[in-house]
Amino acid sequence: MITPSTSRKLLLTLLGWSVALVIAFPVIWMVLTSLKSETEAISRVPHLFTHVSLNNYVAVQEQAKYLRFAWNSVVVSFGSTLLALLLGIPAAYAMAFMPTRRTRGTLLWMLSTKMMPSVGVLVPVYLLFRDTGLLDTRTGLLLVDALGILPVVIWMLYTFFKEVPREVLEAGRMDGAGPLREVYNLLLPLSMPGIVSTSLLAVILTWNEAFWSLTLTTSRAAPLTAFIASFSSPEGLFYAKLSAASTMAIAPILVLGWASQKQLVRGLTFGAVK
Amino acid sequence: MATVDLQQLRKSYNSTEIIKGIDLTVRDQELTVFVGPSGCGKSTLLRMIAGLEEITSGELRIDGQRVNDVPAAKRGLALVFQSYALYPHMTVAENMSFSLKLAGVRRAEREAKVMEAARILHLEPLLDRKPKDLSGGQRQRVAIGRAIVRHPRVFLFDEPLSNLDAALRVRMRQELTKLHRELKATMIYVTHDQVEAMTMADRIVVLQAGVVEQVGTPMELYRSPRNLFVAGFIGSPRMNFLTATVTSVSETGMAMTLTDGTTIHAPLPASALGIGDTITLGIRPEHISLGVEGSIGAQVNLVEHLGSESYVSLQANSGEVLTVRVSGESKIDPEETVRLALDTDFLHLFDATGQRIS
Repeated sequence: MITPSTSRKLLLTLLGWSVALVIAFPVIWMVLTSLKSETEAISRVPHLFTHVSLNNYVAVQEQAKYLRFAWNSVVVSFGSTLLALLLGIPAAYAMAFMPTRRTRGTLLWMLSTKMMPSVGVLVPVYLLFRDTGLLDTRTGLLLVDALGILPVVIWMLYTFFKEVPREVLEAGRMDGAGPLREVYNLLLPLSMPGIVSTSLLAVILTWNEAFWSLTLTTSRAAPLTAFIASFSSPEGLFYAKLSAASTMAIAPILVLGWASQKQLVRGLTFGAVK
Repeated sequence: MATVDLQQLRKSYNSTEIIKGIDLTVRDQELTVFVGPSGCGKSTLLRMIAGLEEITSGELRIDGQRVNDVPAAKRGLALVFQSYALYPHMTVAENMSFSLKLAGVRRAEREAKVMEAARILHLEPLLDRKPKDLSGGQRQRVAIGRAIVRHPRVFLFDEPLSNLDAALRVRMRQELTKLHRELKATMIYVTHDQVEAMTMADRIVVLQAGVVEQVGTPMELYRSPRNLFVAGFIGSPRMNFLTATVTSVSETGMAMTLTDGTTIHAPLPASALGIGDTITLGIRPEHISLGVEGSIGAQVNLVEHLGSESYVSLQANSGEVLTVRVSGESKIDPEETVRLALDTDFLHLFDATGQRIS
């Protein structure tokens, strides 16, 4: 028998799946398109699985060197995440455990910088990069991505660190631990789940970062976002190939996100459901 | 082991002064208890000694050496926290040996010291467990063990028993007293529980609103409280207070009248008192006898039976609520009208400012 509570559950489940489908539809459609021929891809009447082939993937790999772009993406996203963590951990530690009157304001100010469109600082950053020889270098992109992600990293770490009981760190201090030991032996192990989810989010955000990749790199240091953009050519868009390229670009991060969804959800909903 | 000297120690947060110029010496091998109500500054004072709170002004000396600017890690003190503050990701053994590891002590020596502390605290079977697998009492013992292995100059305890249930608290209290005797260590113990203070302390420091009200042995404080606050704070149930007016003063004694007109004679010299002065008369529950005779009339409100003894709460004719300790065998009913006789040898007198009249 269907009770009001089971029908309510059923309705919610259906609603959940519908929303998920709407959100995932572009990605699903992109994967499907990547398996079609160019003619089918632009057909007015959508086709599902008529001539499934991996030809587009082969063509994309021949046309542009996927692995080189992918390697740049790996170096830049993991490198910038590492750098952001190295800078963010001491900053968040100080803000969480040694707050001053200005800590809250500083945190809000840092976050407010994320509200400014990146293009607002394009000219000075570009000129800086040009004069320091950082244009089209992985180091340059890594630096700018790390600084871009830093406010988010500090905010997340700050929230996670606030959950660590202050007394545990004080006990460490009484046991003879200096600040470095305190962070390394106590704070980091105790907030490892938070650090992992912060890192995952940072990797995903920097992997998907397109603005600086497209403006500061051309070939040598170009990551996968530039790889996708390179499929938009003056001759027009090749939807099937573009879809194949996009699928290849997001596949690694999609797998990473899927494998670590538990950590990610905890990280993203942190504070809200504490 | 060590002495701890506090000279005009002060602590302020912005413009609010929490600790208001404390002078105190904690003697070598002594168990000193800081006691006072919530918010009196006792934990802040302990944390200042530990090095976890900055000292705004004044001097803190350990064994004569000024340590105001020495970081907590280098003061050589051990602190047992109210919340235990164990390292959740380490085993009991790792928790206890962490400080030794930081100090660069060799593994074999570390293990020997941990085993020795574990033996004293009966923690041997728990050494491989994580804190989450321990009961409250066991966690507290690990926290104490962590302090013991370091052989600190001074042990500091911040309300270490307040998270334990009543029975365990009594047992741990006894264990800590025994431990103090065994280790012959200087210990500073903070509590809001005056029973803990009375039972454990060599000397008690009573604090209120950031000021030391009195320092003395438990019995000194019990017998001769310096002011109304200490008189009311030390002793359970608390001391009874009656407002009285001095009606006559002589070399042999004095007479006072309660608000209902009852006259009480006290054989106390009261040179500083004059006729007409309003004073507060204090008397402990065990120094009032209850019967058909006595100078004060009262009505029984409530009788609390503890078995061997009972506490009778009464409303005196003068309006004050009093508590009297009687034998557990006494048959007293609520609403009963009784007479109270005060043992005037044990009267405490306080002037209008609340200071003891000796």
